[in-house]
Amino acid sequence: MKRRRRDVKGAVFQALLLLSLVVAFVTLATLLVDVVRKGAGHLTKRLITDVPSIDPTIAGARPAILATIYLGVLLLLFTVPIGVGTAIYLEEYADRKRWYNRLLELNIQNLAAVPSIVYGILGLAFLVRGLGLGRVLVAGALILTLLVLPTVIIAAREAIRAVPDSIRQAAYALGATQWQVISRQVLPASIPGIATGAILALSRGLGETAPLIMIGAVTYVAFDPSLMSLFTALPIQIYQWVRLPQAEFRELAAAAIIVLLGIVFTLNAAAIWLRNRYQRTW
Amino acid sequence: MSMVKIAEDLARKPTPPKSDVVFDVQDVGVSYDGALAIRDVTMEIYGKQITAIIGPSGCGKSTFIRCFNRMNDLIPGAKVHGKILYHGEDLYDPDVDSVEVRKRIGMVFQKPNPFPKSIYDNVAFGPRVLGWKENVDERVERALRQAALWDEVKDRLKKNALGLSGGQQQRLCIARALATEPEVILMDEPASALDPIATTRIEDLMHDLKREYTILIVTHNMQQAARVADRTAFFSVDLGPEGQRTGILVEYDDTTKIFTQPSDKRTEDYVTGRFG
Repeated sequence: MKRRRRDVKGAVFQALLLLSLVVAFVTLATLLVDVVRKGAGHLTKRLITDVPSIDPTIAGARPAILATIYLGVLLLLFTVPIGVGTAIYLEEYADRKRWYNRLLELNIQNLAAVPSIVYGILGLAFLVRGLGLGRVLVAGALILTLLVLPTVIIAAREAIRAVPDSIRQAAYALGATQWQVISRQVLPASIPGIATGAILALSRGLGETAPLIMIGAVTYVAFDPSLMSLFTALPIQIYQWVRLPQAEFRELAAAAIIVLLGIVFTLNAAAIWLRNRYQRTW
Repeated sequence: MSMVKIAEDLARKPTPPKSDVVFDVQDVGVSYDGALAIRDVTMEIYGKQITAIIGPSGCGKSTFIRCFNRMNDLIPGAKVHGKILYHGEDLYDPDVDSVEVRKRIGMVFQKPNPFPKSIYDNVAFGPRVLGWKENVDERVERALRQAALWDEVKDRLKKNALGLSGGQQQRLCIARALATEPEVILMDEPASALDPIATTRIEDLMHDLKREYTILIVTHNMQQAARVADRTAFFSVDLGPEGQRTGILVEYDDTTKIFTQPSDKRTEDYVTGRFG
């Protein structure tokens, strides 16, 4: 009997895969440890309740945290209906043989790859100046909406496409209209996928800085923001603090990063929970 | 294929009476993007009987049965030619609403396809989309009893239907089709994904349902056709000059006649296992 040869290539490949995992994990861990070590001391009630100040001992990030929460809520309100609507149209109604539907699809794919700063320029020219909205929170939310919309559309389309055709056929065969098939079978069955996509898009949107700076989200806001007021967001607040010379501000920035990471991790955990909770096998 | 077994099944079968014509199929053909899948089918389908459609793979059996509830409308590029009269009314008349057609002509598919919802919601779906808000509980119970599933599921109506076995799922799909109170049930190879015991239960169920419903079944299993069907239509593939494959109706008669004294050589070859 021939002896089994050792699978050298397989072993090397497996080691490389493990190495790439280690690189990703170590980077993230280093970042986390560094941020927590610097910021833990400043992770006080004051950070959440107080407004920024030139004195690092009394400075907080309350306006930025509030604005980030407002941005998140508006982002979901704007992206989910538009994104899901677009996805339903493309998956259930659009005739792929028509050139304009193919053009639409191609454009959405491309939009997902446009750098965020370009959206910022669009926002500045069109929303802030063109429509005369000014440098307000709603303008920021709208620009983030445009930015993450392609991601939401793509995720929602995947979720809708994952509903097997046999379900649609069964519903039609029972006398359901197209709208009943979509609203009572296809959409409920694709909610987990849509929700996961929306939340992941939300966490991406909340971490964005460039487009908000572009439309002039200011860095020093000492009042609670409202929809039509000037605003700043957590990533911008962090950027602002990091640039200041005093070491305390850098620690404050680290604390703000922990808050932002906390928000993003919570959202991602919610996405994973939703996916597991409603996961189906057909 | 055991001819002895088929003969035994047939011996117990009385000659079906010529009852009312439910469907009058006249020169029906179906094309997909211009290519004919079946052509020139003319036959009458009688009420409260089981009519089986048999034939080799690719002969258009499923395409044909989907004409009766206009499911081919859902396929882009598909076109149905000819006429199907349902109690004298053309199913493909532009004024006929396909939703109304599907309400009266239910369908059960090859692979059990329950909705990923509770057993109750599966059966209640039809009545609900039709706007029948009253007595939903009674309708669900009656449909489940008719489909011989009630005793197995009555204590877990709120449980997800995907937790049922394949045979139970298929009976649930039959119950779901019955809940809209159709006159006709189309079955597209309803037992082909099931084990022999589950298959027997579906066949027994068909015998019971025949008292109230008209059943059209596509099957690739000749013994099944011999066991359940009153009449049988044999479809075959006609090869065109350029190799196009088009399904045609070869012979349509009482099941006993089709299996014992077919008048067409092609039918004989098929039922005796020399072809297909």
